[in-house]
Amino acid sequence: MRHEISILIIGLFVVLSTASVTAGILSMRAPKPLSATLVNLTQRINAWWVMVALMTVAFFFGRYGMTILFALISFAALREFVTLTHSRRSDHWVLLGMFGIVIPFQYCLVWTAWYGLFVIFIPVYCFLLMPAITALHGDTERFLERIAAQQWAIMISVYCVSHVPALLTLNVPGFEGRNLLLIAFLIIVVQGSDVLQYIFGKLFGKHRFSPNVSPSKTWEGLIGGLVASSLLGALLSFITPFSPLQASAVAFVACTMGFLGGLVASAIKRDQGVKDWGHLIEGHGGMLDRTDSLVFAAPIFFHIVRYFWTV
Amino acid sequence: MSKLALRTFTLLQTVTSVGLSAMAWAVTGVRPIWSGSQPSDRQRIYFANHTSHGDFILLSACLSEKERAITHAVAAAEYWGKSRLRRFIAEDMLSSVLISRQWTSEAENPISVMLSVLSQGHSLIIFPEGTRNMSDELLPFRSGLYNLSMARPDVELIPCWIENMSRVLPKGQFLPVPLLCRVVFGAPVAVAPGEERRAFLARAREALLALNPRPDRDD
Repeated sequence: MRHEISILIIGLFVVLSTASVTAGILSMRAPKPLSATLVNLTQRINAWWVMVALMTVAFFFGRYGMTILFALISFAALREFVTLTHSRRSDHWVLLGMFGIVIPFQYCLVWTAWYGLFVIFIPVYCFLLMPAITALHGDTERFLERIAAQQWAIMISVYCVSHVPALLTLNVPGFEGRNLLLIAFLIIVVQGSDVLQYIFGKLFGKHRFSPNVSPSKTWEGLIGGLVASSLLGALLSFITPFSPLQASAVAFVACTMGFLGGLVASAIKRDQGVKDWGHLIEGHGGMLDRTDSLVFAAPIFFHIVRYFWTV
Repeated sequence: MSKLALRTFTLLQTVTSVGLSAMAWAVTGVRPIWSGSQPSDRQRIYFANHTSHGDFILLSACLSEKERAITHAVAAAEYWGKSRLRRFIAEDMLSSVLISRQWTSEAENPISVMLSVLSQGHSLIIFPEGTRNMSDELLPFRSGLYNLSMARPDVELIPCWIENMSRVLPKGQFLPVPLLCRVVFGAPVAVAPGEERRAFLARAREALLALNPRPDRDD
């Protein structure tokens, strides 16, 4: 596995260096003051350096690193989500429970690989008990809206995100001890797809995909990004239990889900009247702005691998 | 006070202030939005909406360490002076200024207490609603703001809107819910020549309300 990790790190280093140099040259040639797009591009690339560095460090700590990192990502994502939605004073204890009980418990289930409870803890137990607690408080003002927002918040920020470290619990014959690479594959392909869609969209984008939801998404960006990230998937098949063809198919499905995740996130933001979820990551917005695609891709990717590749 | 005691005392305040600011950031990711004024070390009175004990912690977390060291929150002696522990937390750890609503001697007069802090060159954080507000509307302002401004027109009055704190730590709750918060610092407000007390207080209140970044929200 060390061999594959070295190749990935070198690959990411080369890609990011190329991006930084390109952005540097563009900024040098461009008329001053720099356009907002160019400033934002540089900020985004710088943030990528930080994110890749953090991921690499977490990677070296293996299962500990991944579980803790994604629990923290869930925390940041949930905080952004709950901040944006309507809540009332009587929701205080439910909200506290989402941060103080649901996140730690779900990640304990990931840690102990208790699959049976891991998949139903949130969508069965939390979804039934949280509205019950809210009802017991007796405050029925905008009741359905509040409980729906709370449920969707933990679904997106905790349940879906926790499927990334849960990949470590899968038992793929002939792939033992290398599950970290499944996480690397998923993240590189899905985040790569976001970047590729952005690049194709900026270069060739003409026809808007959904002007009402997200003005920046174009058909050209979507198709170019999906084709390119499927190829990227095939290229990375050497770190997975998949054949190149299988890898590109899995990548295609994951990235399509990722695109839909971005679309849903945009619709929520538009509904709430904000542009970004937060300001955690310079140039990108909040944690959810960066992970919206991963959130939708992770559970589907997890179940594809589990259904077709595990015993 | 002996030299050693004084040093311990200063150390305690510094540790508390750094610790609380770090905690405020970890829980709320607090960010200052400077909209009409800029960070500065000149003497100021920051006045803010008040819904939670966490309010002044959030506000001071937005100031530089240098400013924080000379900025004191004004709190009610009726609440914070109730027990020795509370008084210790308020005065010794948080370096707050306690004022009494039912004052008897001139030495306890809230305005004189606050003016004496200002006369040392220090800044103040005050909550002109006078209490932690549980309603959805900003309460009418108490007159302290006007009196302070008349006595010290050289000190800038900066309105500061603290967002979301009522949801993070509502009155009567002990554990904070982690939600993102912003503090919006507006343009200074000053008493116009010949302006009446009531007119000024209403204007200051409007200036604070105008900073709410999401006035459409009823929470």
